[in-house]
Amino acid sequence: MSLGDMLIVMIGAIFVNNFVLMRFLGICPFIGVSKRISDALGMGGAVLFVMLMASAATWPIQHFVLDHPDLQIGYLQTVVFILVIASLVQFVEIVLQRFLPALYDSLGIYLPLITTNCAIMGVCLLNVQEDFGFLTTLFHAFGAALGFTLALVLMAGIRERLDTADVPKSLEGAPIAFIVAGLMGIAFLGFSGMM
Amino acid sequence: MATETKTLSHEFLKGFISENPIIALMLGLCPTLAVTTAAENAVGMCGAATFVLLGSNLIVALLKSVIPPKVRIPVFIVTIATFVTIVDLVMNAFFPPIHKALGIFIPLIVVNCVILGRAEAFASKSSVANAVVDALGMGLGFGLILMVLASIREVLGAGSWFGIELLPENAKFLIMILPPGAFLGLGLLMGISNRLFRKEA
Repeated sequence: MSLGDMLIVMIGAIFVNNFVLMRFLGICPFIGVSKRISDALGMGGAVLFVMLMASAATWPIQHFVLDHPDLQIGYLQTVVFILVIASLVQFVEIVLQRFLPALYDSLGIYLPLITTNCAIMGVCLLNVQEDFGFLTTLFHAFGAALGFTLALVLMAGIRERLDTADVPKSLEGAPIAFIVAGLMGIAFLGFSGMM
Repeated sequence: MATETKTLSHEFLKGFISENPIIALMLGLCPTLAVTTAAENAVGMCGAATFVLLGSNLIVALLKSVIPPKVRIPVFIVTIATFVTIVDLVMNAFFPPIHKALGIFIPLIVVNCVILGRAEAFASKSSVANAVVDALGMGLGFGLILMVLASIREVLGAGSWFGIELLPENAKFLIMILPPGAFLGLGLLMGISNRLFRKEA
């Protein structure tokens, strides 16, 4: 795959197949951590970091271990991937705490939440499903994380203003956030003509 | 005995409205939005999630005194991942069309917070009978919302229900089966349920 194709995969993951608005991955943090822009950026940074590392770690495992013709253990994919992601998150947390305490202070509280963020596992599974090469996998993960951050930050910006709006009582909180997300999704549908 | 049956029915029923995983606890939102394009997919996801919940709640409740508290989360995750693998293989063998329609959302049941949430918050602290009933109630409560949302989306967006044509060709809202329709549908559904079941709203 040429560099141009990889860039197309990346742009596609940001806009056309936006992980939150089009693929429905990572909805829990999208609704939970989108109340302030600073929180949204912190979560986005943590996701970018873990997504790249998880993609880089699961690709060789899938291609050299799970798909190994002598082993025949492709059915262990789910168990192996979730264990790799969970231990990776722990590892990243320990390393950051030890060597980059400043970064840990800003991303730390978001890291434990990431193990159960389906966007991470989702990007690893999609890399396998789409049969991407190693470099394309990294571009895809990068685009997916940027798309996730974009959706999260846009949402946080809207919700900061929603706080002062007069929302019907039964739609306050999550329901209005979903309706806003739906309207954002309609806007993002416009990108589908790009590819 | 009377109190025991009362609590069992309570554990079962709470999953439908008062502690419904989707509309009250806000868990498991990704599959809710992603698979509700057709009622058939909702049934498949409900079956798969209920089976995994039942299996993991049962194992966790049986082993709760043996699992060291410090490593309980990894133990829960591996238990859940095992049941997810079983569901994945069974659905691939016996229901290939639904397996294909649900796609990566079957392996992603493993990160569905409803299941880990029930293992951690409920099954690891209660009796086997309560844990099983809780799993059934939560699984079916999850399925109930999936069914309602999927029915709304399929009827409005595709003009059919379980593949049966209901609306004429020119009376469909295509947006409802596209991704934004899922957000709009769930947002309104949550609003309606707040209106009906919460006193303060």
